[in-house]
Amino acid sequence: MRCQVCNKAAATVHLTQIVENQIKKVDLCEACAKEKGVNDPTGFSLADLLLGLGAAQKMEEATTATGAEVVCPDCGFTQADFKKSGRLGCSKCYEVFADGLDALLKGMHKGTQHKGKVPPAVRRTADVRAKLTKIESDLKAAIAREDFEQAAALRDALKVAKNAEQEA
Amino acid sequence: MNVLDFLITPAEACKRTGPHDQIVFSSRVRLARNLKGLPFPGHAKKADRLKAFEALMPAVAGLPQMGAAPFAEAMDKLSAMDKQLLVERHLISREHAAKNAGSGFVLNQEETVCVMVNEEDHLRMQALRPGLQLKQAWLAIDAVDSSLQERVEVAYADRYGFLTACPTNLGTGIRVSAMLHLPGLVLAEQINQIIQAVNKLGLAVRGLYGEGTEALGNIFQVSNQMTLGESESDIVERLDKVLLQIIEHEQNARLKQVAEKPKVVFNHIGRAYGVLSQSHSISSKETMNLLSLLRLGVDLGMFAPTPKSLVDELFLCSQPAHLQIGHPEKLDAEARDAFRADLLRQRMKAVPGPDHTKVASKPE
Repeated sequence: MRCQVCNKAAATVHLTQIVENQIKKVDLCEACAKEKGVNDPTGFSLADLLLGLGAAQKMEEATTATGAEVVCPDCGFTQADFKKSGRLGCSKCYEVFADGLDALLKGMHKGTQHKGKVPPAVRRTADVRAKLTKIESDLKAAIAREDFEQAAALRDALKVAKNAEQEA
Repeated sequence: MNVLDFLITPAEACKRTGPHDQIVFSSRVRLARNLKGLPFPGHAKKADRLKAFEALMPAVAGLPQMGAAPFAEAMDKLSAMDKQLLVERHLISREHAAKNAGSGFVLNQEETVCVMVNEEDHLRMQALRPGLQLKQAWLAIDAVDSSLQERVEVAYADRYGFLTACPTNLGTGIRVSAMLHLPGLVLAEQINQIIQAVNKLGLAVRGLYGEGTEALGNIFQVSNQMTLGESESDIVERLDKVLLQIIEHEQNARLKQVAEKPKVVFNHIGRAYGVLSQSHSISSKETMNLLSLLRLGVDLGMFAPTPKSLVDELFLCSQPAHLQIGHPEKLDAEARDAFRADLLRQRMKAVPGPDHTKVASKPE
């Protein structure tokens, strides 16, 4: 087993930490372990360590599996850039490097699905869409039971809602 | 506009009060956002950085939450001293202080909301509150964010949430943090245990000026690390719970130290008073550590009627850029140490000598 930092020396230091019920493991050689402050429990956090190096590692694994080096078509960012900076180049990079990112995010965060705030505009469009779907299904039901009065009302409502969607 | 003219005075700033402010200096919530369709600042060419800057500065400064006449300036228009002043006030990061053309800073009059433009992300928006008020800070910055998003379109994906330059901020882009004064836990040598326990909960503990800085003056910052897979309010609540526990541990540690080792505690505080009021040259580091003990003494009632705001003001005024105020020539370290000592001797005249007999009768 090679060290995950330098990828050269044999890994002799193996760490396991449980954060929020997730097991995180890292394998290091002695020199890198020392450099990362692994011997000093107060200054060491596995999350930080994983984030600095596991990230690039995992992305590399994912991208080399497909062959050629992946480059973001929008901003020209490469995985080598990521390895160097630990940052991504633009929004598109999140799609381009998605394969490697997921494993990285899993180790870094509580989950890989956003559960927080939704931009007001996105929320509004989602609300309008939900409303449209509801009216459409109600309309179908009304027609099926031959309640044409109700169906006519729903058809009008659908028209209003569709206009609203176009404006939103 | 001059930063110094805009900023409220240290004396005023330190008079603000909030819940648990004996132990919690301040609460902060920061959100990271990026504009849709433009590369992140770190990877952007100058033209794209300027595009983001020109779109964001007026949009931010015009927000209703920024109030009337906010401070809004490009980083290259600020002097090195102005930038350092803002760092010492915790209004910008040290990274942002190093930025120049294409980066900017906006601050409201009350100094409760500040925004960095083109730091690591296009937007770093922050709400500040004195004492432990995480929820209030979150609600404030949430409102700023919502109104800003009516004016500009930000990078967002259903799966990953708000997109940030660094994957560590992805999702909510939120960093909730509190600055704590923990002399009791340090004296009781329990601080490392607390730090480890807090780390295990997925929270970070840092020094005075954030990432990679020393915990001078027994001041620590506790913040969340995970930003994806959890809602903002869950993150705020979790940190709030942990902080209340740390506060309780700190209070117990103080009581225990005073009960079990009164001589040690009074000796530390008495010597701190002596050096602060009698020195003629003193470093920033020593000052911070001694002021921490003075503040502990004030909290214990040993210096009544000295308000803790005076000590907090000295914390601020003894920092390098604050000392430089009123000196047109650049002070070197030696001159600063002398001026710092002069300032402290002068201001310590208002502080009566320590009286340890007042402590036992006045537990927290």
